[in-house]
Amino acid sequence: MTHTGMLPNRRHMLGGAAATAVTLAAPAIVRAQGGALKVGVLLPRSGFEAGIGQDCQRGVDVAPAILKSLGLPDLAVMDGDTESSVDVARARAEKMIGEGAQLLVGAFDSGQSTAIAQVAEQKGIPFVINIAAAPDITEQGYKFVFRNFPTAAMILGDAFANQKEVFAIAGAAPKTVVFMHVNDTFGAAMSKGIGAVMPKFNMPYSILEEIAYDPAARDLSVEVAKAKATGAEALLVVSRLNDAMLLTRELVKQRWSPQAILSVGPGWYEDQYIKTLGKLADGPLSFVPWYDPNKKLSQVLEAALAKAYPGVNLNTNQVFTFEALLVAADAYKRAGSSDPKALADAIRTTNITDNVSIGPGIQFNAKGQNDKVKNGAIQNRGGKLLTLAPKEAANAKPEWPMKSYQDRG
Amino acid sequence: MPFDVYLNVAVSGVLTGLVYGLMALGLSVIFGVVRVVNFAHGEMMSIAMYLAVVLFAGLHLDPLIMLLPISAVLFVFGYILQVRLINPFITRPEYTQFLLLVALAIIIVNTLLIIFGPDARTIQTSYAYDSFQLGSLILDAPKLYAGAAAIVFAAALFVFFRFSLIGKAIRACADNYTGALVVGLDVKHLYALTFALGAACVGAAGVMMTLIVDVTPTIGPTYTLLAFVIVITGGLGSMPGALIGGVLIGLTEALAGLLFTPSAKSMFAFGILVLVLLFRPQGILGKRAT
Repeated sequence: MTHTGMLPNRRHMLGGAAATAVTLAAPAIVRAQGGALKVGVLLPRSGFEAGIGQDCQRGVDVAPAILKSLGLPDLAVMDGDTESSVDVARARAEKMIGEGAQLLVGAFDSGQSTAIAQVAEQKGIPFVINIAAAPDITEQGYKFVFRNFPTAAMILGDAFANQKEVFAIAGAAPKTVVFMHVNDTFGAAMSKGIGAVMPKFNMPYSILEEIAYDPAARDLSVEVAKAKATGAEALLVVSRLNDAMLLTRELVKQRWSPQAILSVGPGWYEDQYIKTLGKLADGPLSFVPWYDPNKKLSQVLEAALAKAYPGVNLNTNQVFTFEALLVAADAYKRAGSSDPKALADAIRTTNITDNVSIGPGIQFNAKGQNDKVKNGAIQNRGGKLLTLAPKEAANAKPEWPMKSYQDRG
Repeated sequence: MPFDVYLNVAVSGVLTGLVYGLMALGLSVIFGVVRVVNFAHGEMMSIAMYLAVVLFAGLHLDPLIMLLPISAVLFVFGYILQVRLINPFITRPEYTQFLLLVALAIIIVNTLLIIFGPDARTIQTSYAYDSFQLGSLILDAPKLYAGAAAIVFAAALFVFFRFSLIGKAIRACADNYTGALVVGLDVKHLYALTFALGAACVGAAGVMMTLIVDVTPTIGPTYTLLAFVIVITGGLGSMPGALIGGVLIGLTEALAGLLFTPSAKSMFAFGILVLVLLFRPQGILGKRAT
């Protein structure tokens, strides 16, 4: 006796499996259409870039209320730590996508962002870069990678233009500089960019020597001694946070107060730099992607940050991390779906004019790059960050030359 | 480049090298007597560094004042470690000792990570930014204090081993294990004392290192490797060799950074190691194996 008729055959099995899949998938589809978009935010929350990663996180923390006030949909943020490592960034991106992230944001660092971009493109999940300047990331023909941050060449072009503007207002300029830079993906890209871009700007100074140093260095005494020995009038620097503090300590200990510190990167305007070094933090000029203090949304973001983190200055980290989430929420609203392709298409047609950063707003070109975002020139003074250039965003005049470290009491 | 630049960088390298030397001295003492290679050496130093950070943050106790108390804590830690954990492994194959100490190193790093988190911590003393100027020579005050303390600590250790009865007994154990047993020395106790002294050395070095560098839980392995480079260069088991090796590596790193590219300065320290291994495998002051 056989029971063939009673047993499920292959067709029944396939039908049952399909029905089960549809039943299981249905809630997910409903969630995707009506619920919050799952955004994986990958930042260096630990390791040598932890200070900056945590500063970026502040931009994430204040975003929900502001996005809601703008009538944008909710985002379900998933926190991820790249541990300041390229390999970990890649692994965490894969894990986050596996856990259901529908869009990725991050990762502050060019090397880590490059790794995440490869994963995002491979998996077909949109990735909005908050901060990363290596030009190659948006030169790969990627369809799911977008960057609302200038490339190294754009930063440098604006930096040199802003420097000339500051020199003109101050009525003084250094004739010589020594160029110190961190020896990582970002630092190397900036070094290469300086060589290519600087000749076009007819700068008043020449670079006497270029000194590259280890990004994880714990002592920069030799590097500063070498820089001081060049006799340069000013220091041109591309750094991170920890090394900016180490450099400042060595400048003080080796009794070298250059006419100006011209930073073309992070570190010198960070909150932790200012809090740790106090009076010694005053003076450096940073030529970096910045916010326009006169824009309405900048004032909203500044107020939200002041409320959530009293005493913390609004800076690049929070601004561009917030704007990355703004792009995500705006695209999700317009796409009306969490389908990765629909989201990517919506991001590609972004046109946000009510934004925070300097420039006409957020739009992406065919390569996924916002090529209209602009730099600002800022100076640390009395624990605050004052905007010196461009003229339309300025709220102070430069203090020149920088006050000697030995005269600060 | 003016001569005073070389002088400043060289002096800075020597001062840092002295602290390196004291750290490596602990490793050399332990190996010279107990014949155990301490693969958790840098990690033990990071314990001392965190003790200094905690005491400074909580009670504003200056690291230089806490030098001896923290060394004493590491001494006790080292003694207990040797008696309870390492002694049973003394007669076992070397690879089991290696695995034991590597496991201990991993446990220390991860315990520090759990307790303190991954971020760098610093000690901002009132003299953190001070420097002394002697003509064209600028001496970094924290490095000067750390270097001077390293010399005093190392000198005290030399005197102890040379002139004290316990020191002589420890040296007897190192020279002839069986002979030491025959004359009735408590070898296990002397081994534990030696390991404790090595731990105290690395504890003192760790406290002084907090004046020079920021502390992270993962700093240990870097210094374990550095200690090995130094003792192999100076001569494994030789106390003066460890100090000389430390100064040589500190000086090499500093001058290589100045003369070549700073981001590759560690490469030159390893270059010295390769040269020593090629042309004087027993190290600068080490004895040739018979």
